[in-house]
Amino acid sequence: MRIGKSPLVLVLTLAALSLQCGKKEEVGEAPKEEGAAPAVAYQPTGDEGTITGVVNFTGQPPQRRRIQMDADPVCAQKNPSALSEDVIVNNGKLQNVFVYVKSGLEKYSFSVPSEEPVLDQNGCMYRPRVLGVMAGQNLKIITSDPTNHNIHPTPKNNPEWNVNQPPGSEPIIRSFPRPEVMIPVKCNQHPWMRAYVGVLRHPFHAVSREDGSFEIKGLPPGEYEIEAWHERYGAQVAKVTVGAKETKQIEFTYAAGQAYRPGSLRLMPALVLPCCEKTMARAAK
Amino acid sequence: MGFALALVIGVITLGTVVLFAGRFWWFPEAISEHGPSIDRQFMLTLTIIGIAFILAQATLAFFIVRYRRQGEGRASYWHDSPRLEALWTTITAVVFLSLAVLGQRVWAKLHLNAPPPGALQVEVTAQQFVWNIRYPGPDGKFGRTRTELINDVDNPVGLDFTDPAAQDDIVTVNQMAIPVNRDIHVILRSKDVIHSFWVPPLRMKQDAVPGLAINIHFKAVKTGQFEIACAELCGLTHHRMRGFLLVLSEPEFERWLQQRASP
Amino acid sequence: MGASSAPFSVSAQGKNPRILKGGKAMTQATAVHEAPKSFIRRYIFSTDHKVIGLQYLFLAMAAVAIGIVLSLYMRLRLAWPTERWPLLGKLFPNAMAGGTISPEFYLSLVTMHGTIMVFFVLTTAPLGGFGNYFLPIQVGAHDMAFPVLNMLSFWVTLAGFLVLMAAFFVSGGAPISGWTAYAPLSAVGEIAGPGLGMGQNLWILSIALFCIASLLGALNFITTTLNLRTKGMAMTRLPLTVWAWFTTAVLALLAFPVLLAGGILLLLDRVAGTSFFVPGGLIVSDKILPHKGGSPLLWQHLFWFFGHPEVYIAILPGMGITSHVLSTFARKPIFGYRAMVTAIFAIGLLGFLVWGHHMFVSGMSPYSAIAFSLLTLSIGVPSAIKTFNWLATLYKARIHFTVPMLFALGFVSIFVTGGLSGIVLGQTSLDIPMHDTYFVVAHFHLIMGVAAIFGIFAGTYYWFPKIFGRMMNDALGKLHFWLTFIGIYAIFIPMHILGIAGHPRRYAETAGFDFLTPLQPIHVFITIAALITAGAQLLFFFNFFWSIWKGKKAEMNPWRATTLEWTIPSPPPHDNFGPQTPVVHRGPYEYSVPGAAEDYLLQTAPPAPTKS
Repeated sequence: MRIGKSPLVLVLTLAALSLQCGKKEEVGEAPKEEGAAPAVAYQPTGDEGTITGVVNFTGQPPQRRRIQMDADPVCAQKNPSALSEDVIVNNGKLQNVFVYVKSGLEKYSFSVPSEEPVLDQNGCMYRPRVLGVMAGQNLKIITSDPTNHNIHPTPKNNPEWNVNQPPGSEPIIRSFPRPEVMIPVKCNQHPWMRAYVGVLRHPFHAVSREDGSFEIKGLPPGEYEIEAWHERYGAQVAKVTVGAKETKQIEFTYAAGQAYRPGSLRLMPALVLPCCEKTMARAAK
Repeated sequence: MGFALALVIGVITLGTVVLFAGRFWWFPEAISEHGPSIDRQFMLTLTIIGIAFILAQATLAFFIVRYRRQGEGRASYWHDSPRLEALWTTITAVVFLSLAVLGQRVWAKLHLNAPPPGALQVEVTAQQFVWNIRYPGPDGKFGRTRTELINDVDNPVGLDFTDPAAQDDIVTVNQMAIPVNRDIHVILRSKDVIHSFWVPPLRMKQDAVPGLAINIHFKAVKTGQFEIACAELCGLTHHRMRGFLLVLSEPEFERWLQQRASP
Repeated sequence: MGASSAPFSVSAQGKNPRILKGGKAMTQATAVHEAPKSFIRRYIFSTDHKVIGLQYLFLAMAAVAIGIVLSLYMRLRLAWPTERWPLLGKLFPNAMAGGTISPEFYLSLVTMHGTIMVFFVLTTAPLGGFGNYFLPIQVGAHDMAFPVLNMLSFWVTLAGFLVLMAAFFVSGGAPISGWTAYAPLSAVGEIAGPGLGMGQNLWILSIALFCIASLLGALNFITTTLNLRTKGMAMTRLPLTVWAWFTTAVLALLAFPVLLAGGILLLLDRVAGTSFFVPGGLIVSDKILPHKGGSPLLWQHLFWFFGHPEVYIAILPGMGITSHVLSTFARKPIFGYRAMVTAIFAIGLLGFLVWGHHMFVSGMSPYSAIAFSLLTLSIGVPSAIKTFNWLATLYKARIHFTVPMLFALGFVSIFVTGGLSGIVLGQTSLDIPMHDTYFVVAHFHLIMGVAAIFGIFAGTYYWFPKIFGRMMNDALGKLHFWLTFIGIYAIFIPMHILGIAGHPRRYAETAGFDFLTPLQPIHVFITIAALITAGAQLLFFFNFFWSIWKGKKAEMNPWRATTLEWTIPSPPPHDNFGPQTPVVHRGPYEYSVPGAAEDYLLQTAPPAPTKS
C-alpha cells in the first residue's frame, strides 16, 4: 500500500503543477500598476486640458531608400516603389514620432478604452508604422495583402508572441498586459517590415503626423513630463504644466546629426532567475 | 473470403503500379548535372522494388486463394528448408547491397569531392523565414561579418563595412541567381534554427545548421526560374519559406549582379 | 520455500511471498494467491500483470482516439486550408479562434499526433498491453517478476500522458517542433515560435517520464522471460510473440536511457542556461542568444540513437503477433522458427547501427553516411527473411479467414509495401531528393504506424476471447478490416507520389509554392480516404465495448491454438495457472502434426508416439 500511493501522489503533483503553470500565465494578463501610491480611478471633471505641438527636423534628412521587395513577388507586385519609412521628413517636420505623457499621472488610474486601434498590413508595410495603446487595450491586426504575414512583437516586459495571418484571415485581436515603450513588431518573412507599439498605463499619447503635428487631448490639469520618441533619433523630454481647460503648445526638435542606430539586436541573459532578474539585466547592459 | 482478399490485394497492387508507372505527378525535370544520375538510380531502384512488390503481393494473393480452407484434410507439416532459406537470404542480400553500393555513386561525386576550382561561391544564410544570399562581388572575396552588426532591415548578414572586401559584397533576400553550366559552390549557414535548402529540379537538398558552414556544390545545366523550399521544420511559417533560384546565361548573370550591386 | 533465502522477494500483497530464483526455469507450486478484495487494489493500483496489461490497452485506446482526431484536423487543414470549422474549433477554443486551423496550430497537431502515436500507442499497446498480459502466461509464469515495478511503470506512463495532454492547455499551446524536437528550435524557447515555451517543457517532461516507465517495464519483461519460464519451456520453445517482446524489451532497455539523457540535457539548455545543443552566436528574431559551443547535431544523434530502435520497438511485437496468428490460422507450424528468431535478433541488433540514415543531409560527415547506408540496406535482409517465412508458412496451408487472420495477412501485405520504400530512402543519393518529403511520411506510416496497428488489431481480435471470455462480433470485425485495409492504402500510396514531386513534410498548405499547388487534388483525395478510414475505426471501438458485455461466450480455446494461454480459463484467474504449474513438452506451433488426433497439439500435451 505504501508504494501504491506514490504514483497517485506523482500524478496529483503533476496535475497541480500544470494547473499552476496555467495560472501563472493568466496573472500576467492583468495590467500591472507600477506607481508606489495606490492610484485612484480618474473621474472626468470637465476641466481637462490639451497639449498640441509639432516635431521639427533641422538639417539634411537622410534619403529614403528603395525597398527591394522581390523577396516576395506578391509584395513587389502590390507595392513596386516602396521607400524606407524609418525617417520621414516633410518640409522640416518629422513624422512618426511617438509623443506621450511620461510622468505626472501616477496618482490616477484610467479605464481601458473600448476602441481598438488598427494595425494594417498593406503592401507588405505596416499601417500605421507607429501607434500607441493602453495596457490591456485591444489591438486589432488586419491584413490587406494576398500573401502570408506573421506578426511578431518582440517586447522586453510583455509576453512574446508570434502568429501567422494568411491572406483573407480574420483580424487578430490581442493586447499587451504591461506598459512598455516601445515594442518593435516584425514579420519574419518580410525583413523590412517594422512597426512600433507604445504601451502605456494611461490613454494619453499621440503620433506626429505628416506635417509633424500632434495633439494629446483630455488631460487632467497638472504638471507633466512629455516624451517624444523616434526610432532613429531617440527620446526627448519636455516639461509642461496644463491648467484647467488649457491648451498648451510644445515643440520638439531633432537634428540630422543625431541619428543613431538603435542596434536592433538584443542580448538575451543566459539564465533568468526570479531573484536576480534585475542584476542580470544590468550585467547584460 | 479468400477470393475477395486476393482480389483486393490484386487491385491495390495494380493501382499502385499504375500510379507509379503512369507518372501523373512526378519529379520536376532535372536541371542539374548530377540530377539525371539520381533519377536513373531512382528508376533502377523503383523497378527492382516494383518487381519485388508485385511478386510478394501476387504470391500472398495466390496463396490466400490456393490454400484457403476447403474440403477435408490437413495442412502440410512443412516448416523448414535450409536450402531454400539460404537461397532467398543470399538473393536479397546481394540485391540490396548492390543497390546500396550503386546508390553511393552520385553521393560520392557530390559530397566526397571538394568544389572544383573556379566554382562561383555563393553564401546562403537561412533564418526564420528567409534565405539571405551573398555574393563576394568583383574582388571574389567575402568580406568580414560581425554578429552584432546584423540588422534584418538593411544588413541581414552583418557585413562589416570597415573591411574593404565587404564593401563590394552583394546581398539579396530570397533571390539567388547563378550562371548556367558553371560549378556553383554554396556555403550554407543558418542564423537561428535548422533549415534545409531544397530545390527539387536541382535534386539538391542540404540542411543549414546554425554554428556550421556546410559546403555543397552543383552545376545547373538549364536556365529558368525555380523555387527554393525549406525542407526542415523551422517554425510557424516553415511552409512559406520560399526563395527563388534564377539560372541565367553568363551575360545575363553578370547584368543581374551589376543591377544588384547598385540598388 | 522460505522467502528469506531468495535473492530478491516481492510481497505482492503482504502475505503471499513470491520468490525469484536466479536459475533457469522455476515452478511456483505454492504460489496460490487470491485476488485482492478491495476494488482499488484489484482494478486501480493492481500488481496483477493482466490488469496492468488492460490498463495499458485502455490507455492506448484513449491515446489512439485522440491521435486519430488530431490527424483528421491536420488532414482537414491540408485539404481545405482556408475553410472555417466553428464546430471543430470548440475542442480547441484558444488555438482555433475563429474556427480556422492556423499554420502554427497545424504544427502543434503534427507534434502531438506524432508523440502520442509513437509513444502512447505504438509502444504502449503492443508491448505494455499485450506484452504484459500474455508474456507471463505464455511462458507459464504466475505474474511478472517484479509486480510492483510493473504497476509503477503503468502509472508513470499515465502521468507522462497527462503531462503531454496538459501542453494543449498552457499559454502558447502545444509545441510546434515536431515529435523529433530538433534543437535549436526546441531549445531556445518561446522566441522561436508559439508553443516552444511551457508547452515544450511539458513535452520533454512527458517523454522523460515515458522513458523511465519503459525502463521499468523492460527490466520486468527481460527478467520474466529469462527467469520465470515454466518447466520444459526452453528458450527454443518460446512463442515468437515472447521472442518479439523480449527483444523489444532489450531494445527499450538500451534505447530509452539515451533519449532520457537527451531530454534532460535539452531541458537544461532551456531552463538552466546550458549549451549542449545550442551553438554560439545564434540570432533568433533580433536577439543574440548567450549560448556557446553546443551542437545541434548532437541532439539528432542522441534522438535517433533512440529513435531508430524505437521504430523496431513499435513493429517487432507486431511481427511476433503476426507470426503467431498466421501459424494458428494457417494450421501450419511457422516456417523457419529458428530463422525467425535470428531475424528478430538481427533486426534488433542492426536497429542500433543505422540511426544515421535519418541524418544523411543533416551536415553529418558524408563518409559516415555511406557506412550508415550500407548497414541500413542490410537490415532489409532479415526483414525479407521474415516476409519469405510468412509466405512459406501459407504455402500448403489450410487458411481460416478469421478476423485476426485477415489483419495478420494485411500486416504482411503492408509490411512489404512499407518496407520496400525503405530501399529508396536508405540510399544516400536517393535520400537527397526524398529526405523530409511525403515519401518519408508514407514510408514510416506504413511500416511503423499502420503495420504495427494491424499487428495490434490482429492481437486484439485474437486474444479478446481470452481476456474477456467473449468473442468479438465477426461481421463487424470483417467490415472493419475491409474498410481499414483499403483505406490505409488509399491514404498512404498517394503520399509517395507527393514525395516524389518534392512536397516537403510538415507544410501546413501547398499555397506558398508554385510547384506544390498542382498537388492539392492529391491532398483532397487523401483527406477523404482518411475520414472514411477513421470512421471505420468507430466500428472497432463499438465492437470492442459491445462485445465485452454482449459478445458470444467464448470457450477456453476457441481458435484451437497451441500456446499456454489457451490451456487456462477465459478470462484467466488471478494467478493464471492456479496450483497447477504447466509443464511444456513441445514447441509453440505444432499444427497439423502427422498422426496426431487433432490438427493442433497444445504445448502442454504429454509426449505422444509422434515425434515432437
